[in-house]
Amino acid sequence: MSISVQNLSKRFGDFVALKNVNLEVPSDSLTALLGPSGSGKTTLLRIISGLESADEGSILFKDEDVTTRSARDREVGFVFQHYALFRHMTVFENVAFGMRVRNAPNGEVRERVNELLHLVRLEGLGQRYPSELSGGQRQRVALARALAVKPRMLLLDEPFGALDAKVRQELRTWLRKLHEEMHVTTVFVTHDQEEAFEMADQVVVMSQGHIEQTGTPQAVFDNPATSFVMDFLGNVNVFHGRVQSGRVQMGPFSLQYDEYQNEEPRNATAYVRPHELDIDRSPSQASLLGKIKQINPAGSVLKVRVAVEEFGVELNVDVTHYRAKQLELKLNDIVYVHPRSVRVFMPETDYVI
Amino acid sequence: MSAVKPSPGRSLGGTLRQLVSGKHRSPLPGFGPGLAVTISWLTVMLFVPLMALIAKSVSLTPAEFLTAAWSERARAAYMLTFGAAAIAAVVDVALGLLFAWVIVRYRFPGRQMLDAIVDLPFALPTAVAGLVYSSLYVKNGWFGQFLVPLGIEGAYSRFAIVLVLIFLGLPFVVRTVQPLLSSLEGDIEEAAASLGASRWQTFTRVILPSVMPALYTGFALAFARGLGEYGSIIFVSTNIPYKSEIAPMLIYSRLEDYKYEEATAIAVVLLAGSITTLMLINWLEARNRRYAR
Amino acid sequence: MHVNSVRTQKTAGRMVANEPLWFRILLISLCYLIAIVLIIVPLIYVFVQAFSEGISGWWNNLFNDAETRHSVFLTLIVVPLAVLVNTVCGVAAAWTLTKFKFPGRTLLMTALDLPFAVSPVVAGLMFVLLYNLRTGYFAPLLNEIGFKIIFAWPGLVMATMFVTIPFVARELIPLMQALGDDEELAAVSLGASPWQIFWRVTLPNIKWGLLFGVIQCNARAIGEFGAVYVVSGRIERETYTMALRVEKLFQDYNNPGSYAVASVLTLMALSTLVLKIILERMVAASMEQSSSE
Repeated sequence: MSISVQNLSKRFGDFVALKNVNLEVPSDSLTALLGPSGSGKTTLLRIISGLESADEGSILFKDEDVTTRSARDREVGFVFQHYALFRHMTVFENVAFGMRVRNAPNGEVRERVNELLHLVRLEGLGQRYPSELSGGQRQRVALARALAVKPRMLLLDEPFGALDAKVRQELRTWLRKLHEEMHVTTVFVTHDQEEAFEMADQVVVMSQGHIEQTGTPQAVFDNPATSFVMDFLGNVNVFHGRVQSGRVQMGPFSLQYDEYQNEEPRNATAYVRPHELDIDRSPSQASLLGKIKQINPAGSVLKVRVAVEEFGVELNVDVTHYRAKQLELKLNDIVYVHPRSVRVFMPETDYVI
Repeated sequence: MSAVKPSPGRSLGGTLRQLVSGKHRSPLPGFGPGLAVTISWLTVMLFVPLMALIAKSVSLTPAEFLTAAWSERARAAYMLTFGAAAIAAVVDVALGLLFAWVIVRYRFPGRQMLDAIVDLPFALPTAVAGLVYSSLYVKNGWFGQFLVPLGIEGAYSRFAIVLVLIFLGLPFVVRTVQPLLSSLEGDIEEAAASLGASRWQTFTRVILPSVMPALYTGFALAFARGLGEYGSIIFVSTNIPYKSEIAPMLIYSRLEDYKYEEATAIAVVLLAGSITTLMLINWLEARNRRYAR
Repeated sequence: MHVNSVRTQKTAGRMVANEPLWFRILLISLCYLIAIVLIIVPLIYVFVQAFSEGISGWWNNLFNDAETRHSVFLTLIVVPLAVLVNTVCGVAAAWTLTKFKFPGRTLLMTALDLPFAVSPVVAGLMFVLLYNLRTGYFAPLLNEIGFKIIFAWPGLVMATMFVTIPFVARELIPLMQALGDDEELAAVSLGASPWQIFWRVTLPNIKWGLLFGVIQCNARAIGEFGAVYVVSGRIERETYTMALRVEKLFQDYNNPGSYAVASVLTLMALSTLVLKIILERMVAASMEQSSSE
C-alpha cells in the first residue's frame, strides 16, 4: 500500500518538528527516513502511524485519507524503538495480542502466532517472557507482534538502535530478506546512514523538520542535493572559495562551474569526499602540498590525514592499501593531494562580496 | 530494563573483591558484629516474645485450646475482624488504584497536595483517627446529620469499623501501586493502540496486569493493618460481644480478666490467620510476577 | 531533567495515551471527593474541636492538666528510646543483610517484616506473657532484681519497639542494595578502617534514606496504641502516653481535652508529612547521583 504525505506540519510548543513535508512512499517499497536527532523523522513516522496528530496536512494510504483516523483504526504495524513489549505476557501472548483484542478464535490465533514465530526464528520460545530474551530476540518479537494483525504497512522507529554492532548487522540483512519475501510497504527511521543505504530502496534525508532529499541510495550518495546531505553523509573535506563567470576558485583549484555564469563573485563551498582525493609524490595541476599527520587502517582503505599549512586545514584522504604501498607512505612525508571530483554549493542567501 | 546488560559497577566490584581478598566472602568488615547485633535485637524483641506465645499456647490441652479459641464469641470476633479487614482492603485497592492513577498520570491543580495528604492516615496516630471518625458520623456530626437519616450509621456500627479501616489502609495501596504505574513506559500503551486495542482493552489487558503484583502487595498490607487494628476501632465501635467485637478486643478483655491462656489461644488463631493470608497473597504475587525474573 | 521536559511536551500531542477530558476531570473530582471526605475533613475537624474553647482553652487543656503534661513527658521518653534502639540495630541489620551473603539471610529478612503481620495487641500480649510479675516467664528473675517491665515505662518502650522494628531496616535495605558495595570495597582497598568506611563512605550515601526511615519509625512510635495499651495497665501519671491519654479523656467525656492532645499529635503527623516530602526529594537526588556515576 502506498503512503502519501501532503503538506504536513507539526509543532511542539515553540519547537517546529515538521514544516510542510511532502512525501510519497511507493507500495511495497522499503523506505528509510534518515537524519540527525531532532530532524523530525520520528515525528513523521508517528504521524503516519496515527500515534501523533498533525497540525496541518494530510496522510493518505493509497487513495484513502486517514488523517483523522486513530492509531487503532489505521491497521499499521508499528515497531517501537525500545520494543514496548508487554512484560507480563509471554512471547506467544505478545504476538497474539492484536488478534486477541479482535476476538479472533483460539485456533486461528495459535496457528498465526506459530507461523510468525517461525518466520522470526523464535520457535520454541513462545512461553518465555520478554525479560528472558536477548535484545535481538526482543526486537524480533516486536516485529512478529506488529505483523500478526496483517498490517497494511510496517513502520519501525530506530529498529536497531538499542542493539550491539554484530546483532545489528545480522538483523539488517535478515529484515531486508524478510521484506523481499513479504512485500509489505515498510518505513523505518534511522540516524545511521550505513543502515539506510544498505537496506532501503528509497532514502529520505531529513533535517530540521523538512526533507532535504529523496531518492535511491545510489542517487543520494552520488548526487547529494544540498550541502546538508553532503555534510551528513560523510567525513568530507570542505573548502571555502568563490564562484565567478562559470568557474570556481578555491586556493589553487580552479574548476569549471556552469551553473553560475554571472560575473559578480559569490561565496561558495566545495565538498570533496575522502575517496575522491588522490595522493601523489609529485605535483600535478591543482594539487595541494601537505604533510602526513596520521595513517589509520580502516577496512579496505587507509585513512590518511594530511595537514595543508597553506590553508590551515587537515584533509581526510582514503587511500587503497595497494596505492599506499606503492607510494611507501610514512608519517611526516610531504605529499601532493588533488581532487578527482568536487561538489560546489552556493549559500542559499544571495550574499555578494 | 535490560536484564542481559551487565552493569559496569558490578564488574568493578568483582575485580576489587578479588583484589582485596580473592575469596568468595566479602572483604568488607563488620559481618561478625553486624550479625551479632541483628540476631540479638531480633531475638530479644521478636523471637523470644513469639516463643512465649507458642509456649503458652502449647501449655494448653487441645480441648482447652479449642474451648478458648473457638468459642462462639471468638468465632464471631474472627468473622468480624477478617471480614471487615478484607472488605476495607478491597475498597482500598480500588481507591488506591484510582489515587495512584490520577496522581501519576494527570497534571492538575492540587496534585502535589493530594499526593502528600495520602500519607496522613499512616502518620496520624490511630487514636486520633478513631476519635474523629467516632464523632463525624454520629447523628449530629458533620457527616452524620446527612447520613443517619438515610439509615447510614457511620459510627458505632460494623460499617464504622470498615470505614476507619479504609482510611487507615489507603496509603499502603497508593504507595505500592504508584511507583509501578509511573515506571510503565508510555509506549506500551501506544503499542496496544497500534495493534488495535481499545482504551478499555488497553487498561484491562495491558495496564492492569502490569500493576497487579502491586495491587496484591497493597491489598496484603492494608489487610494486615486492618486485622491488627485496635486503637481506632475502640473509638468507633460499640464493642458488643457477638456483634461488634473484633478479635484484638476480645484478646484484651481476656487479658484484663487475667485469663492469659485464653487470650493466647485467640491471639494464636489471629496470628496464624494473618500469616496464612499474607503467605497466600505473597504466593499469588510471586506467581503473577513470574515475568520479572 | 531536560529529556523529561521534552517528553512531556511530546505527550501533549499524543492521540492515544490520554483519556478524554471529561473522563480525566471525572477521575480527578472523584479523587478530590474521597480525599476530602476521608482525610481532609477529619483533619480540619480535629482543630475545630481542639480550639472550640479558644486558644486559651486549648492551652489550658494541654498544659494545666497534670496528667496530660505527664503523658507528653512520657511520650518524649518512650518514643526517642524506641526509635534510637531500632535505628542503631536497623542500620546494623541493613549492613549485615545487604553486604554479606550467608545462610539464614532470607530468614532474617522475612523476620524483619513479621511485626507487620502481628496485631499490636498480640504484641503487647507477648510481652505480658514474658514479663508480668505473677505468671510471666521471666517473673522470678524480675522479682529478684526488683525490676518492673509490664505496667511500667520499660514495657512501653519494648512494645513500641516491637511494632516499629521494620521501619529503619526496611527503608535502608533497598537503598543499600541499589547503591551496591563498590565504594566500600574501594575504601577497604585504600586501607580505611571499619569505622572510617561507615562514617565516611556509607553514611553519607544513605543519610537521607536513613533519616526518612527514622521519621517514619518516629511517627509510628508516637501513634502506637494497641501494644502500649496492653502493657501499660493504664496507671495515672505513670503509664499514659499521649495516644493513650486521648482515649482516656474521651472515655471521661472530656472532649476538648481529648481533642487538644489529638491536635498536638496531628501537628506532629503533619510535620512528618512535610519532612517526608523534603526527604523524598533528597533520596531521589542521591539515588540519581549514584546511578549517573
